[in-house]
Amino acid sequence: MSRRAAFRAGLVLLVPLLLFVLLAYGIPFFGVVEWSVTEPTFGFTQYVRLTQDPLVLSVFVRTFRICAVVTVCAVVGAYAIAYLWVRGTPLQRNIAEFCILVPFWISVLTRAFGWLALLSSRGLINTWLQSIGFVSEPLTLVRNEFGVIVGMTHFLLPYAVFPIASAMRNLDDRVLMAARGLGARRSRVFWTVFVPMTASGVLGAALIVFVFALGFFVTPAILGGGRSVMIAELVYLRMFQSIDWGLGAAMSVALLLIVGLLAALMFRFLKPAGLVR
Amino acid sequence: MSKRGAAASLTVRGVSKRFGSFSALNDISLDIARGEFLTLLGPSGSGKTTLLLILAGFEAPTEGRLLSDDRDITELPAETRSYGMVFQGYALFPHMSVESNIAFPLQVRHTAPAEIKRRVGEMIERVGLRGHEKKLPAKLSGGQQQRVALARALVFEPGVLLLDEPFSALDKNLREQMQAEVKRLHQETGTTFVFVTHDQSEALALSTRVAIFDHGRLQQIGRPDEVYERPENRFVAEFLGEINLLPLQDLRVESGVASGMFEDRRLTVPAEAANGAGAILAIRPEHLGIAANTPAPQSGNAIRAALDDVVYQGGITRLKLRTAGGAPITLSLASGQAASLLQSGGPFWIHWPTDQGRLLPAPKS
Repeated sequence: MSRRAAFRAGLVLLVPLLLFVLLAYGIPFFGVVEWSVTEPTFGFTQYVRLTQDPLVLSVFVRTFRICAVVTVCAVVGAYAIAYLWVRGTPLQRNIAEFCILVPFWISVLTRAFGWLALLSSRGLINTWLQSIGFVSEPLTLVRNEFGVIVGMTHFLLPYAVFPIASAMRNLDDRVLMAARGLGARRSRVFWTVFVPMTASGVLGAALIVFVFALGFFVTPAILGGGRSVMIAELVYLRMFQSIDWGLGAAMSVALLLIVGLLAALMFRFLKPAGLVR
Repeated sequence: MSKRGAAASLTVRGVSKRFGSFSALNDISLDIARGEFLTLLGPSGSGKTTLLLILAGFEAPTEGRLLSDDRDITELPAETRSYGMVFQGYALFPHMSVESNIAFPLQVRHTAPAEIKRRVGEMIERVGLRGHEKKLPAKLSGGQQQRVALARALVFEPGVLLLDEPFSALDKNLREQMQAEVKRLHQETGTTFVFVTHDQSEALALSTRVAIFDHGRLQQIGRPDEVYERPENRFVAEFLGEINLLPLQDLRVESGVASGMFEDRRLTVPAEAANGAGAILAIRPEHLGIAANTPAPQSGNAIRAALDDVVYQGGITRLKLRTAGGAPITLSLASGQAASLLQSGGPFWIHWPTDQGRLLPAPKS
């Protein structure tokens, strides 16, 4: 087969994927864009409302704050797990791998209710804290931002492990040996060589977690208990409770633009590992 | 940790290394003198790199001890031994500039910033990297990266510098240039160098002594001319360069002379060159003389051979010959000499002084 023919065959194989993306994402997205400029009347009024409505603005700010905290927590945790998975003893590797994969088998809903059971005022943690006399009144661990952050971090952490582990696997062992041979103790090798050399994996993981977190719906809806509403939940409320389709659509489009911008900046300047080769 | 600037000696005593059932090193003992340039030479899988990693402290020997300046260092981790090391592929820190790479071992030792600046500058000057200080390793050529690796390994004046096939990625010209540079750095610093390579000409050109490995065993150790001229077994003889091997029958040793029959001629070697019970006479191509048509020379050894092929190599010409019994003989001559000789078509007498030959045993396995 000539190169040209091979190229054409490759295109043919791609067609189903392109069609799927167009049907499942492209067309609905343009539908949403259309609502945002036609509901209830034609124009950009909904986008103007976005920048002025104090509720919408506060939800955007809260969403970014929660996502930032979740990203930091998930990436730090994932770094430690990835380290064990890639560089641990065979036993540590097996345990780490098991712990990374198991969460993927459990639905997001189940996990959110699991956290509810643990964190609620009569949940396991509060009961235990009270029984040892550490606190007299139950702590508010859920139906607030704290609960949302715990649940989201837990859900997103495994996704952060993969790009970090990939960066760690690509690292040439000889560079670490060189650092030790030059007299650096293990902690020094870790902080001055290992961490900087895996930074691209960390950035890749951070991007995945942050973007994923921006659109979270189930976890904040259950663990936030309506008190720490995030963008996705607000979109849902606008569309299905206030029947304010235009604003909901405008929020969706704005969110997508922000995510796209962030991703573009990151790819342009930082070349995160595990996402680009 | 060795004192700054003082070359260290190393002693390897009965070191073995096994990976599972695979024996990578088998009972190695050798002494590396202070300021020596010792090359560990062997084919891949011979155990030379394993021994280097054990010397560096990255691998622990399964058996045996290591001493440095008569102190037992077997249990010392690599970062405490702190020998300079240059890796295959250089292993530079890709996220640090040339300057920061070279400064790393000094920063680790908490050297004063002014002193770091001075010594890094000096080292950059010495390896000819002025003007490249701020570049990242990826922006440098192979030869320049090599120089950074050397500078980084020498800047803290380690007692021992270990080099693991540092030139394997370089082309021939650059390789020779870097060899000269490493030799110069050895002379200037006076540090003990331990160099791993599979390239015999590199080993012979650089080292004060060469240790030849095969199958995890030390086959021979000695000065380059010793191991080349007086190989102790067939492996060493063949690994160090082309050599003619003539099987001898009916071996006799009498009055300081060993002799044996090769085809229809009795060939002799000095008895001290008769190593063990071997029955192979080894002789390098450049030690052979050739004469056309004349009667057999009276002194020394001579055999009759017919010309098979002529390989012109510039300064020298290689002649491929074959004896009456079919044994191949290779001989090298200055090209001028070869031209006049080849006027006559042969057959030829191949001859050599009796003291140039060696009797070899089969290789240790």
